[in-house]
Amino acid sequence: MVTTDLSKPAAAISTKPRVVRDSPAYRSFRFVNAALLIVVCALVLYPFVNIVAQAFSSEGYINSGQVNLFPRGFNVTTFGVVMGDDMFWRNYRNTVVYTVVATTIAMALTTTYAYALSRRNLKGRKFFIGVAVATMFFNGGLIPNYVLISELGMRNTIWAIVLPNAISVFNLLVMKSFFENFPSELEEAAAIDGMTTYGIFFRVVLPLSKAVVATMLLFYAVSFWNSWFAAFLYIDDPRLYPVTMYLRNLLAGVTSGTSIQGGSTDSLTQIAANVQSVTMLLTVLPIICLYPFIQRYFVSGVMLGAVKQ
Amino acid sequence: MSSVQEPVVAGVATTPGAPPPVGVADNAPPPAGSPAPRRPRRPRRTQTFTTPGGTVVRPSRTTWRQALRRDWRLYTFLVLPLVFLLVFRYLPILGNVVAFRRFRPGSSILGDEWVGLYYVRMFINDQQFWHAFTNTVVLGLLTLVIVFPLPILLALMLNEVRSRHFKRSVQTISYLPHFMSVVIVAGVVFQLTAVNGTINQIITALGGDAITFMQEASWFRTIYLSSEVWQTVGWGTILYLAALTTIDDQLYEAARIDGANRWQQTWHITLPGIRPTMVVLLILNVGTFMAVGFEKILLLQNPLIYSTADVISTYLYRVGIVSNSVSYATAIGLFEAIIGVTLVLSANAISRKTVGASLW
Repeated sequence: MVTTDLSKPAAAISTKPRVVRDSPAYRSFRFVNAALLIVVCALVLYPFVNIVAQAFSSEGYINSGQVNLFPRGFNVTTFGVVMGDDMFWRNYRNTVVYTVVATTIAMALTTTYAYALSRRNLKGRKFFIGVAVATMFFNGGLIPNYVLISELGMRNTIWAIVLPNAISVFNLLVMKSFFENFPSELEEAAAIDGMTTYGIFFRVVLPLSKAVVATMLLFYAVSFWNSWFAAFLYIDDPRLYPVTMYLRNLLAGVTSGTSIQGGSTDSLTQIAANVQSVTMLLTVLPIICLYPFIQRYFVSGVMLGAVKQ
Repeated sequence: MSSVQEPVVAGVATTPGAPPPVGVADNAPPPAGSPAPRRPRRPRRTQTFTTPGGTVVRPSRTTWRQALRRDWRLYTFLVLPLVFLLVFRYLPILGNVVAFRRFRPGSSILGDEWVGLYYVRMFINDQQFWHAFTNTVVLGLLTLVIVFPLPILLALMLNEVRSRHFKRSVQTISYLPHFMSVVIVAGVVFQLTAVNGTINQIITALGGDAITFMQEASWFRTIYLSSEVWQTVGWGTILYLAALTTIDDQLYEAARIDGANRWQQTWHITLPGIRPTMVVLLILNVGTFMAVGFEKILLLQNPLIYSTADVISTYLYRVGIVSNSVSYATAIGLFEAIIGVTLVLSANAISRKTVGASLW
């Protein structure tokens, strides 16, 4: 039953057939309701539109506060400068590397653990589940974690970013409940054909669980792509920063657009005016582009988790 | 764990990679006469299970030795995740003892000597801590009162939409901010609240004076809550929308026949129908009450607005990591965590007693 939910996006909920005619009051309510929802969408989208508008506007219009919905004084100087900045690309590449490595580790640990936990006859199953679930409610806190990572000598290495968040208990429970509903006949058949647990897991269960695996992959990938705090805490070398830290330092004024070699004074003021919007735009671009395609996986993943609850 | 090795070896010896025996006769459930299961108690469950190895077992009465022999491959799946949890989740919990011990950088991670409640007394007498504490409670309460109910409202509004395309578009758009990094959210906030930003454009267009929002403590809570609503309201509807689909249509039909209007149907059928979801999410929210948006606040705050923007987590970040008072900050963090756990447990207990819905 859970398995079928996965293929069905949340929005595909059928509207209820109505035979009774709506009262005039209800009809006007529905009109207002639709109007309000459009307003909500506009408010949600506006900040993004504003980022794009600022990113392409010229400095004079930005500083005098005239840029809102559309770019004014079309201008791409800052794009040239940010995209010409070695550090930006280096940090961008770091983000890609961190995301790939961290997601791989996380998926390896989560799928195997979830699969083992989904075997109902595993002795000690309750204990192993409890060990994971308890960490949802009890965690060491910021400082002990910081001390631990430092003492392990992981500061200024990729490991400080990719290891500490390798298992998300939420994702683990989602996968576990998915595997629990995996048709046991298939596993039995594979076992009769002489497959070991390893063979069954890698050659039967995983290939048939692509939907949930893809969902978890996206959950992890997006969270690692967006993360900045681990780098903020443990990385001192700007060359190892992910791009979120590049942006954070711009926002915090640690580095300013003008520190990037820009050329003439004109282009420097231009850069100062919209370097943040340009960097934000470049940072969110991959997510925005992928978003329409990956959104339904996320929704189904959350629903799977909810079934467990 | 010393007993682990032996059965594993035994397991290899009996099935050396060869296909396991087929048929029930060879590997029937461990007979009553086999040496290991010595307990005559009644099995808790009567159901039998089939292992990936094809063995039919009664789960109730297997010893560890048998379990390891049978499932050793499965147990190897557990090793790395358990090591991970031990090192990165349980060791830091243990690390909290430095709240009661003096910690010196470079020496033991668990501190050097016991100092008792020294650091606890220290923060109890720390004016700045209580300041951050108050801010945390205020922000946490405001989040619960304002941010928590809005997804319910939006879900109910979406539920009244009949056009599937329109509904799906609204959902897709409203989920989008959820996928943004906190850094982007902070950037958006800075941009909109800038002196030449959109909000000030509106204010000046209406004849007001531009406000330096991020430098005025009185604005911080409004700004924080708005950004929180922007980022979470759409995504928060998913679980409610899922719960709404589980409500039986017959209830609505019956209500219509009884003459209930749409509003009465919402009040008497829809809301009670999603109540368990509301309660579970409320409990989870109460649990994160003390940890209010740490990363976002850290990005948004600056010393000018500490009087409203400094919360426990950012304060202990400054104390522990910027100023390096590890033990002191750990004591504060422990205090925060204890409050958090207490809140979850009591919220859970209360809701189980009153509404009958709970997390566990």
